[in-house]
Amino acid sequence: MSPLNIKQGSTSHSAYDLRDPNGDVIEQHTLAVLVDNESGVLARVIGLFSGRGYNIDSLTVAEVDHAGHRSRITIVTRGTPQVIVQIKAQLGRIVPVHEVHDLTVEGPSVQRELALFKVSGKGDARIEALRLAEIFRANVVDSTLESFVFEMTGTPEKIDAFADLMRPLGLREIARTGVAALSRGA
Amino acid sequence: MAQANTGPEMTGAEMVVQAMKDQGVEVVFGYPGGAVLPIYDAIFQQNDIRHVIVRHEQGAVHMAEGYARSTGKPGVVLVTSGPGATNAVTGLTDALMDSIPLVVFTGQVPTFMIGTDGFQEADTVGITRPCTKHNWLVKDTDKLAETIHQAFHVATSGRPGPVLIDIPKDVQFATGTYMAPPKAKISHYQPKLKGDLDLITRMVEMMETAERPVFYTGGGVINSGPAASQLLREFVEATGFPITSTLMGLGSYPASGDKWLGMLGMHGTYEANLVMHGCDLMLNIGARFDDRITGRIADFSPHSRKVHVDIDASSLNKVIRVDVPILGDVGHVLEDALRLWKARGRKVNKSALAKWWKQIAEWRAVNCLSYNNSDKVIKPQYALQRLEALTKGMDRYITTEVGQHQMWAAQFLGFEDPNRWMTSGGLGTMGYGLPASIGVQIAHPEALVINVAGEASWLMNMQEMGTAMQFRAPAKQFILNNERLGMVRQWQQLLHGERYSQSWSESLPDFVKLAEAFGCKGIRCSDPKDLDDAIMEMIKYDGPVIFDCLVEKHENCFPMIPSGKPHNEMLLGDADTAGAIGSKGAVLV
Ligand SMILES: Cc1ncc(C[n+]2csc(CCOP(=O)(O)OP(=O)(O)O)c2C)c(N)n1
Ligand SMILES: [Mg+2]
Repeated sequence: MSPLNIKQGSTSHSAYDLRDPNGDVIEQHTLAVLVDNESGVLARVIGLFSGRGYNIDSLTVAEVDHAGHRSRITIVTRGTPQVIVQIKAQLGRIVPVHEVHDLTVEGPSVQRELALFKVSGKGDARIEALRLAEIFRANVVDSTLESFVFEMTGTPEKIDAFADLMRPLGLREIARTGVAALSRGA
Repeated sequence: MAQANTGPEMTGAEMVVQAMKDQGVEVVFGYPGGAVLPIYDAIFQQNDIRHVIVRHEQGAVHMAEGYARSTGKPGVVLVTSGPGATNAVTGLTDALMDSIPLVVFTGQVPTFMIGTDGFQEADTVGITRPCTKHNWLVKDTDKLAETIHQAFHVATSGRPGPVLIDIPKDVQFATGTYMAPPKAKISHYQPKLKGDLDLITRMVEMMETAERPVFYTGGGVINSGPAASQLLREFVEATGFPITSTLMGLGSYPASGDKWLGMLGMHGTYEANLVMHGCDLMLNIGARFDDRITGRIADFSPHSRKVHVDIDASSLNKVIRVDVPILGDVGHVLEDALRLWKARGRKVNKSALAKWWKQIAEWRAVNCLSYNNSDKVIKPQYALQRLEALTKGMDRYITTEVGQHQMWAAQFLGFEDPNRWMTSGGLGTMGYGLPASIGVQIAHPEALVINVAGEASWLMNMQEMGTAMQFRAPAKQFILNNERLGMVRQWQQLLHGERYSQSWSESLPDFVKLAEAFGCKGIRCSDPKDLDDAIMEMIKYDGPVIFDCLVEKHENCFPMIPSGKPHNEMLLGDADTAGAIGSKGAVLV
C-alpha cells in the first residue's frame, strides 16, 4: 500500500499539533461545583472521578443554601490541561449539577482548610509544640497534662508545614476537612 | 416549589400508567415480579398502553432500543426489583454508549425495607448510576409523577440516553396527587441547541477555501432528527464535498448518493479512511472520534483542520483536539451553517475539489470490498449482497448482532434513510439484534425487519423468539452461520498465532428444528445457487423466520485497520496480514 504523499498543510495549518505540546504538564485545579442536594449526588461526582480515572486531591461538600437545597462541592484535582477540561465538561453533564467553576483559572481565589492535630508529649517537646502553635496561629481546643488538640485554618501548604513540625514533637493524629475555596473580589 | 398541588388523587401505580399516557407512550416492554405487581395491576385495568411481555429483561431493554432508534421516540421498559433490574444493566449500558433515549421503571422493596438485604433487594440506583444518564429512587408518591415527567425530559433532551426510575412497592400502593406534564417543574437541565455563530462562521470560511474537505458524520445526525439528515444532504449536494459516516450514522446520507464514500473506521472502506487521513478540512458532524474511527491518535488525519459539532460538551476535545469546537444540536448548527454559506455566495474551491475527487476515484478503483466469491459455498459477503439486491426499495429495517456479520452488513447493505439501521456500536453487545428487531417490528408492523446475525450472538437472546411469536412480530432472523465466533477467530488468526482458543460454536442447535419448536418458519441454505429463492421465501413468509445461512467458516472481514495503526496502514486482504499487527497493537481491543 502506498502511503499518502500530501504536503504538510498545503492549504492550511491546524491550530493544533496532534501531540499536545502541554500534554505532559500536570496542573492542579480547584473546582467549585454547585449541585442540587439530592440523594446520590456526591456518589455521582465521585463515581465520575473513579470511573474515568481522574484524581481527587481533596473534596469537601456541604449544603450552602438550605432553602434551595443547593450544595457546594469543592474538588482539588490534577491532570493535564486536556484532562482538566474533560473533568469540567463531564461534571457539567451530570443532571443535578448546576454550575462548574474552575477557581484556578477564573481569577484569584482564596483557599482554606481546617485541620485538627493531636500532639502528645511532656516536658520540652510539649512546650515547643505550644510555642510553634502560637507562631502558626493555631488554637488549643483541648488539652490534658500530656496532650494538646490544636485547631488551625490555612492553606493546605501551611497545614502540611505545621504537621511536619509537629511530627517529631509527638503528633498522634490529624483530621483535615479538605479545601474550601471562593473567588476573590465582589 | 410550594405551588398548590391540585391534580387528581391516585395510587403511585396508577400514576406510572397515567404519566406514561401523558407522555404519549404506546408500548411498554417488560417483565413482572413481586416489586412491580401494583403497576402491573394498573396496566391490566386499561387499554391505552400496550405491554409486550418479554422472556428476559435484557431483551426488553434491547427491544426498547430498537423501538426508540427506529421511531425517534423514547423506549419504555418496566421490570421488577433485584434480578429484574440487574438483568437490565447490559441494555442500559448499551443505550448509554449509543445515546438511545430510554425510560426504565424498576420496582424496589418497600422504603422501610431498603438496606435490610430484603428479598430481591438490590441497590438499583447504585448499580445503574454509571450506566444511565440519570436515575431516581422515588420515596414519596407525591413526587412520583413529576419525577417521571422529568425522566422523559432528561432521556430525550440534549444527548439522549437511558434513565431509570426505581419505585419502592409501598410508593406504588400509596395515594398521592398526580401532576400533569405541563405543570411539572422541568429541571434546569436544558442543553444548548444553537451553536455559536462566530464559530459557525469560521467553519463556513474554512469550507469556502478547503482543498480536500470531508464530512465525517455520526449518530448525532440521526439523533437530531430527520430534518438534520435533510440539511446534511442539502449541504453535501450543494458543496460537492465527499461524505463518510460512522457505524452509528449510516443512513443520514443515502448510500446511493454519489458523494458517499462508505463507512469509515476499523472495517471502513479504503476510500473513506484515506480521505480521512489525507483531508485538509474535516467536518465532524455528530460523531465522537471513537477509537474504532481514529486508529492511532498520533497519526490521525495529520494535515487537517478539524471542526467538531456535538451537543455534548464532553465530547469536544476529548480525544482529538479540534480547531473549531461547536457546541450545539446538529440540526440547528447545520441550518445556520447552510444559511451563512449561501448568504456568503455559496463558495467552494472548485478546482481543488475536482483534483480531490480525482484522487478519490483512484482510491475507489481499488475496490476494497471485493472478495473471492465461490460457487460451492456461500460467502457471507455474497449473502448480504443478495439480501441487499432482493430487498432493495422495500420498506426495510435492519438490525444486527455483533461480529463479522455486523461489519459485513455495514459494508454491503445500503441505507437510504435515517432510523433504518439499528446496531450495537459503542458497547458491541452480542444478543442485541434479535430483541432489537422485535422492538423495531412492533413499532413498524408492516415493514420488513431483518436481523443480520451471527450464530453465536443470536443464541445469546434467542429466548425472545417466543416474544416474536406471541406478538406476531414477523422479524426475519438472517443468521450468517460460520460455526465460529468469527470476529474472535479473525483476531486470533491475525494476532495470536492462529491459536483458536474457544472460538468455535460447538453443539449448535438445529436452527430449522428450533424454528419449528417456536412455531415459526425455519429455512436452511448452504448452496449459493439456492440462496435467492431461499431469501425470497423468507421475505414472503408471513411471520418470523429463522434463516440458517451456512457460510464460509474462515472468511475474514476486510478492509481492516489493525488496532493501534493509522488509517493509511490498512489491510485489504489476507495477503496483507503477515506480521501486520505488532505487539503494541495486540494490547488494544
Ligand atoms: C456479550 C458479548 N460477549 C463477548 C463479545 C466479544 N465478541 C465480539 S464478536 C464475537 C463473536 C461473535 O460471533 P458471531 O455472533 O457468530 O458473529 P461472527 O463474528 O461469526 O459473524 C465475540 C465473542 C461481545 N461483543 N459481546
Ligand atoms: Mg459466527
